Formats: sequence, C-alpha cells, structure tokens
Amino acid sequence: MNYLTEPLSYPFMQRALIEVTIVGTLCGLIGCFVVLRGLAFIGDALAHAVFPGVVLSYIGGRSILIGAFAFGLITALGIGILSRSRRVSEDSAIGVIFAAFFALGVVIISRQGGFRKDLGSLLFGNILGVSSSDVWATLVVAIIVVAVTLALLKEFTLVAFDPTMARSAGYPVFALDILLLLLVSATIVVSLQTVGNILILALIVTPPATARLLTDRLGRMMVASVLIAIASGVAGLFISYHAATAGGATIVLTATAAFLIALVFAPNHGLLAGLVGRRRGRHHVHHYHGAGEDPETA
Amino acid sequence: MSGTQSAPADHSLHLRDIEASYGSSVALRSVTADIRPGTIAGVIGPNGSGKSTLLKAIAGVLPISRGSIRLGDAEIRSRASQVAFVPQREEVNWDFPVTALDVVLMGRYRSKGWLRRPGATDRRMAEAALERLGLAGMGERHISQFSGGQQQRIFLARAMVQEPLLVLLDEPFTGVDVTNRAIFHDTIREFAASGIIVMIATHELAEVQLTTDVVLCLNRRMVAFGPTATTYTAENLRATFGGQVAVFEAGA
Repeated sequence: MNYLTEPLSYPFMQRALIEVTIVGTLCGLIGCFVVLRGLAFIGDALAHAVFPGVVLSYIGGRSILIGAFAFGLITALGIGILSRSRRVSEDSAIGVIFAAFFALGVVIISRQGGFRKDLGSLLFGNILGVSSSDVWATLVVAIIVVAVTLALLKEFTLVAFDPTMARSAGYPVFALDILLLLLVSATIVVSLQTVGNILILALIVTPPATARLLTDRLGRMMVASVLIAIASGVAGLFISYHAATAGGATIVLTATAAFLIALVFAPNHGLLAGLVGRRRGRHHVHHYHGAGEDPETA
Repeated sequence: MSGTQSAPADHSLHLRDIEASYGSSVALRSVTADIRPGTIAGVIGPNGSGKSTLLKAIAGVLPISRGSIRLGDAEIRSRASQVAFVPQREEVNWDFPVTALDVVLMGRYRSKGWLRRPGATDRRMAEAALERLGLAGMGERHISQFSGGQQQRIFLARAMVQEPLLVLLDEPFTGVDVTNRAIFHDTIREFAASGIIVMIATHELAEVQLTTDVVLCLNRRMVAFGPTATTYTAENLRATFGGQVAVFEAGA
C-alpha cells in the first residue's frame, strides 16, 4: 500500500493528482467531439500554435495560461476562417499556420539563456511543478468548458453527425464549429502543464477513441472517455513517480496501453471479437431480405 | 404528425433564376420553377449536372450567387426549421455512435430551441415515426446494424418528425431494393397528401416516371420544367442528357 500512500504525502503529488483529474475530465469530454467531428489534426495544430504564447508568458514571468489563451484564440479563429476560403486546401493552410507559430515560439525562446532546459519543460509539460493557482485556474476553465459543452450537447452532436442537415435546419454550423475550436483551445491551454504541447493531442484523442471501441452510444462513450482519461492520468502519475520517468509521457503511454487493450478485447469492435465471429449485419450492409427482417439474425 | 399541417397559407416553393457556384465556376444557372404544396418533384440530369447542388442550394447548405428561393411569402432561410434534408448514403457517417432513435430525434431538435432536450413527447413521436416506417422496436439499435433500405427509412422518419413543409431527398434510391422502394413510395405519397413538397434528385429515370408529379431537367442550367406527363419527353431527355442516354420512348 506504500506504493499508493507514499507519493500522496507530498503536496506536489497531491496537486498533480487533482490537476490530472480535472484535465482528464476535460480532455475526455471535449475529445469525444474532436474525434467525432474529425478535428484531430486541427487539435494538434492548435496545441502547437499556442506555443509562442506559452513562451512569451514564461519569459514575461506570467502564467503561461494568458499567452496560450491569446494564441489559442487567434489560431482557432484563423483556422475557422481559412477553412472557409477555398484558396488553399484546409489541411495545407493549417499545416502552414501551426508549423510557423511553433517555429516562432522556438526562435523566441532560443534567444534566452538556459534555452534547452526551459524548452524541455515547456514542450513536455511539468506536471509536478503545478502550483495551487494553476490548479484553480484549470478548475475554473474546466467548469466553463464542461458547462458549455453539456449545454450545447445536442447541437454539437447534430453538427458532428450531419452538418448538412444542421445547416439546412438553420443552425449556425460555422459559429458552432468556431465555438468548439475555442473550447478545444481552452482545453489544450489548461492541459499544457500536464503533458505539454507535443503530447496533449494524445490526451484528447486516445481516451475517446478507446471509449468508442467499448460502446455504440454517445452518452456512454463520453462517460467512458472521461473515466479512461482520469484513470490514465492517475495511473500514469503513480507509475512515473515510482519509475522516475517523465510524468506527461508516462500518462500518454498509460492511455495508449488502455487503447491497445480495448482494441484487442473490446466486446463488439475488438480484434478478438472480430476473429471469433464477424457479427453479421454490421457496417454498411447492402443486402436485405424482407420487410421488418432483422439483418443480424438473417 | 405531418398530417396535422392544416396549411391555409400558400407554401409553394418559388425558385427564381437561381445561380450557384463552386469557387469561380458556375455549377448551376437559370433555374426558375414554382412547385405547389403536395407536389412530388423530380430533379434529373446526368452526373455533375447540378442536381445535388440545386438541392443543397434550396436547403441553404450552398449559397446562391444569384436569384431567390422562397417558401410561400417568405425567404426560405427564415423557414429553415421546416426544410427536411435527407442526405445521400455516402455522406452519412454510419460509424457515428448513435441509435436509430437518436437520429430520428434529431428531427425534433430545432423545435426545442437551444437549451432544451427532446422530452417524452418527442420520444413518442420518434417511436411512432419509426413504427410507421416498419422499424417498430428497433430504435435502440446502432445505425450500422440496419440494411441500406432500413437506414434510408430512419432518415425518412427523421424528416417526418420535423413536421416539414419541404422534404429534400438526394439520390434516395441508392442501395435500396424493391421492398424498401414500396415503403419509400408510400411514405413520400403520404408526405404529399399532407401538403408537403417532396423534391427528389435522382439519376433513376424509371423512378421519375413512376413517382413524380413534376420534373425539372438539369444540365448545369435548367433544360425543362413542368408536369411529368408533358415534360418527361424523348426530346427533353435528349436535351438534358445529350445523347448519353438511350431514350426509351417516354411519357407514353
């Protein structure tokens, strides 16, 4: 039991545990929409593009949240607008923006002394260095993001599932997409300290992808995704404490392990279930034998 | 549900000289037509002729660069909540984690406003719609667990609970067999009987002859529009398809 209690005697570990729990909830929830709306690449771009904001705040001695929020806002709007114009393909536009912003951050920090050490903790997060005020800031942002997401659950779901119908029924699809990107930005920004710019995408994409393997229902997927994200965060933190490994990366690998287990053993979508007996009638059935007939038992 | 629409006001669809473009190339031009409530309208033309573009323009998904689209006396976007769109099979993400009932309930979202969720009444409406389309008791299944024809019926049920004035169907016959087509025909006739305008974009000419009251022939511009009996002629088909189609003597 010492394995669990010893780390908890340190205040920095207590703060880290609270932080990964909040971040796990946030990433697990918003990540479902990132995965379902196909925004993984944009999410990654956002995570990289906020880097100069992080660097500038760091140099200025302010909370990295401020700079990251500013750049997150600019990037989310920029991507939203660029994706509407047809001058450049959307992927290229996003690629250009995020690589340029990221490089800008690296250039700025390379002008500082002690560049390598700082770069490391900014890029990969520093979960054990989280302060009380960081935890509070994360909590406040998390409450806002979760509240907005749950309030607009049916709109976000409709837009993710059938944007054409959403638009034809009169929903402001573009505004909802921008809002979702802003929520994703906010999530990324407050999660940066946990896993850093480069690995944050894993916390946003891996838990919902794992949850999707376990269930066909959106509601259950969201709950499972949040639980998996929290569990990966907490377990990863303990493992990193005892194995003396980098916190953020260990959390990401823990989440990846959960994904691989689900990929093999998930009841319906897992590889084993696929081998044991391909369920008939799943995925794009084109044959059909009669009215009211159940394609599963046909 | 859809039958409760006592529509004393005229809810005709008025298309006036519509032009729609993708980027700088004009995809569609000179479409002018008036379609009365309770009419089943076919939109035909070769691939790339703008059938889907026209439907999406009417649905407000693609902007029109010219002309106007009105539903009754109002610009159509102000009646967006009463325009039901049934997408092409290929455009639906069948792996999305929703059940048949979830999809049908989406037809009720607009009537709920922004923050309210569909309630017990909406659920009953959705279940009744599924039942009418022969999918009773199957609402809790994931959408990938249905056949192509059943999947289309799920979307027809969604259109039904939206209580629409106009239903737009984009290539509804893809992957739909004979049994399902019969249910499909019954459903759209029911829509029409309750005063709803049904618009079908399709390349299946036999269906057009069988189902529609009026037909709009497209080939990047409007070639012809009028009652199917007088418009679906060998001459118009040749003008529309430009000899790509062996014209069996039509309209006879």
